[in-house]
Amino acid sequence: MCGTCGCGEADVRVELLAFGPDRSGGPDRSRGPDQEEPAGHGHRHEPLTGVVDIETALLAKNDHLAGHNRAWLAERGIVALNLMSSPGSGKTSLLARTIAELTPSRPVSVIEGDQETRIDAERIRSTGAPVVQINTGAGCHLDADMLARGLAELRPPDGSLVFVENVGNLVCPALFDLGEAARIVVVSVTEGEDKPLKYPQMFSVADLVLINKVDLLPYVDVQLPRLVAHCRAVRPGVRVLPLSVTTGEGMAAWCDWLLTCDPVRR
Amino acid sequence: MHELAITQGVVDAVTERTGSAPVAVVRVRVGRLAGVVPDAMRFCFELVTAGTPLEGAELEIEQPEGRARCRSCGRNFALPDPVLLCRCGSADVEVLAGRELGVASVVMAEPAG
Ligand SMILES: Nc1nc2c(ncn2[C@@H]2O[C@H](COP(=O)(O)OP(=O)(O)OP(=O)(O)O)[C@@H](O)[C@H]2O)c(=O)[nH]1
Ligand SMILES: [Mg+2]
Ligand SMILES: [Zn+2]
Repeated sequence: MCGTCGCGEADVRVELLAFGPDRSGGPDRSRGPDQEEPAGHGHRHEPLTGVVDIETALLAKNDHLAGHNRAWLAERGIVALNLMSSPGSGKTSLLARTIAELTPSRPVSVIEGDQETRIDAERIRSTGAPVVQINTGAGCHLDADMLARGLAELRPPDGSLVFVENVGNLVCPALFDLGEAARIVVVSVTEGEDKPLKYPQMFSVADLVLINKVDLLPYVDVQLPRLVAHCRAVRPGVRVLPLSVTTGEGMAAWCDWLLTCDPVRR
Repeated sequence: MHELAITQGVVDAVTERTGSAPVAVVRVRVGRLAGVVPDAMRFCFELVTAGTPLEGAELEIEQPEGRARCRSCGRNFALPDPVLLCRCGSADVEVLAGRELGVASVVMAEPAG
């Protein structure tokens, strides 16, 4: 932890949920992507006076670490997908059902981000997939350093698929590049058709929008074409897939889309 | 409150360059389309600078307006919100400005005595 800026994310917890005797060797942190250096910010000592140019992007540190993650994932042919949405859109339900449909044809593992509890990780574990829970404490989003730590714990096999369920929040996660292959925004029909316009930042970074809970369309005042149009108003041409985790409608198209994903962002 | 993490980034970016020398003014650029709320940033700034060389520094936030260029008709226009649509009906629009998010410069504090 750096004494100057207090960085070090002391209250973030990263935990691999135990799931088999064959992985009892304990985590080998050296196998993960480079993480945040614990100390050693370059402090300069020559006298500085007047105006000093800085010209640094504010997310430079995160973007740098995201670059490490991206390279680490690409070297191993691992596809990491970042799922973002407001709380309760159905991310964990979607993952549980997706894992059931994909296994055993493809190794899948999950990194769960929540402020507190292991509830979502336990739900994933019951599907049999390896899972790491990251609790961000006060943090409202995952960042690239947290993903690096999660990957070091998870140790996903080469060529596998890693789903990252971000903290349920339609604002903050949008700004933090994790080094993922693609960003998937999930929106459920019960949230209303104006969500993309109210939270444009999130939808503007989406590589794919999943519209979940279409089984509930008869009960809500939402026109699917309008919701799709709103997505494309802030992210022109974005791919949109309507689905229902409950009935399974649209799951096949989603699984087909997963097959087309490359480890490196297009 | 991602503004907390963002504002922490301000302190990191500055101290990386200026070390432990006290800073009087911090000038940041937060575009209108950057997804960061300046007031929230001001609030966080006091919190995260406490006990750092930036403590008590003034935070100046420049907010560049959004601007875009239409790739279909070539029109250059103001973009008040992130809805990417040109008057000609095209959504093939390139954002030229408004997404800035960075530290521009600082003014060092006068050495005491
Ligand atoms: N009717 C209907 N309900 C669904 C569907 N998908 C999920 N749900 C329900 O929506 C609720 C929330 O689902 P979760 O999977 O926990 O949502 P989440 O996005 O993971 O939530 P957080 O992790 O808290 O952000 C649960 O009660 C699900 O059963 C669907 O397609 N149709
Ligand atoms: Mg969940
Ligand atoms: Zn035009």
